[in-house]
Amino acid sequence: MLSAPRYWREIRYRYRLIGSRCLKCGKIYFPRRLVCAVCGSRKLEDYKLSEKGKIKTFTVIRRSPPLGYEKNVPYVVAVVELEDGVNVLSQIVDVSPEEVKIGMPVELTFRKVRENGKEGIIEYGFKFRPIFE
Amino acid sequence: MKPERLVGIVSYGGYIPIYRVKTSEIARMWGRDGETLQTEEVAVAAMDEDSVTMAVEAARYALKRAKINPKEIGAIYVGSESKPYAVKSSGTIVAEAIGASPNITAADFEFACKGGTEALQTCIGLIASGMIKYGLAIGVDTGQAAPSDELEYTVGCGGAAFLVGPKTDETVAYFEASTSYVTDTPDFWRRAERPYPSHARRFTGEPAYFRHIVNATKNLMAELGYKPEDFDYAVFHQPNLKFPLKAGLMLGFTRKQLEHGLLIPSLGNAYAGSALLGLVAVLDVAKPGQRILLASYGSGSGSDAFSIVVQNNPYRGNPIPFISQMLKRKKYIDYAQYVKHRGKIVF
Repeated sequence: MLSAPRYWREIRYRYRLIGSRCLKCGKIYFPRRLVCAVCGSRKLEDYKLSEKGKIKTFTVIRRSPPLGYEKNVPYVVAVVELEDGVNVLSQIVDVSPEEVKIGMPVELTFRKVRENGKEGIIEYGFKFRPIFE
Repeated sequence: MKPERLVGIVSYGGYIPIYRVKTSEIARMWGRDGETLQTEEVAVAAMDEDSVTMAVEAARYALKRAKINPKEIGAIYVGSESKPYAVKSSGTIVAEAIGASPNITAADFEFACKGGTEALQTCIGLIASGMIKYGLAIGVDTGQAAPSDELEYTVGCGGAAFLVGPKTDETVAYFEASTSYVTDTPDFWRRAERPYPSHARRFTGEPAYFRHIVNATKNLMAELGYKPEDFDYAVFHQPNLKFPLKAGLMLGFTRKQLEHGLLIPSLGNAYAGSALLGLVAVLDVAKPGQRILLASYGSGSGSDAFSIVVQNNPYRGNPIPFISQMLKRKKYIDYAQYVKHRGKIVF
């Protein structure tokens, strides 16, 4: 579970899928980085990632989910390759685990990620769902 | 209530979650197999959806259509009776999720099922007075109903967002006027910290739903000098199939004027999203020059009526799904999954 300040610091990145781009070499990161892992530059800017992509690989969580995800099982976690080439780790929703396939086109959605019990904050953020046909 | 300067709908977006439960499945659970039910199926939010996430989905659809900078929005109001937080604004979460500026006014509106149209009226006032350029008014709900209650056969989930601004040649439609009619009528309520609403059964009809909708609509037509035949479409709040049809016929509307915005058989009653989703469905198909009557109803009680004239329908072939498409995109769940989705299993 995230503390309220920790969650708050990440809100805009998690809600709107904002990463960072190195101003020197152009490498894009998500989650964002303060120092470029390729060229070592500290000059990076916020970068709004594409909201569409396809599933590169995935797994289905059925047992021993992390704290706060117990009610979601079984759920799908995938590496989504966005249209701008960036890979994002995300839950895939509105689809049963049996229907998920590598290469499936997906789009950004806004969902509850985790609730900190009945009294704590509700963590919202990005997930992906199959593209509306 | 006529604004001094005309206000239009710049864009709109409706959102209906993918899951459905058949009302016959609910009837099977409670020993009412074979009974004739007014609603075929109801939309059910996913486990990770609530009124805030659906508000964001609807708002994002509206913004994708509008192609305006979200930083130009001056007000974000969310009307709902299923706020995920008892204390913490839903509007702020929507604002952050769509990338709005912090220099805005944001609040949550509550008036049972008419919080969304209240939000719309407030935005119209702020825009007509020149206080803001654009306002975002959202009506959304994950309709609540106690297990086995009559309400369980009708409540659905969904919402709609309207981006409103000064009327221009490009606005989708504009508001001619709106009226409200409110009285202290305890027909349906939910006490603090109770999970499900209570209602006064038959008392929800004549003194409540019909009295308020009929008065608000008659006052609106009197103010504008219109008759029912001056409208091409009429959309009423839809708690079931019978009420909006009866209200329409009481006011002199025909079934043809009503049927396009009547989503209750395949959506259910999305509370604060109900009438506004009906309006979205009508705007999806309406032609320039056509006039729409919208009348919401909020228990407790009140009704907001609007006269809306369609100017443009620029959405043909765009990537945002129509309501008709969203209603067809569905996955059925059984009653056990339904109670899990709706948080009726407590663990």
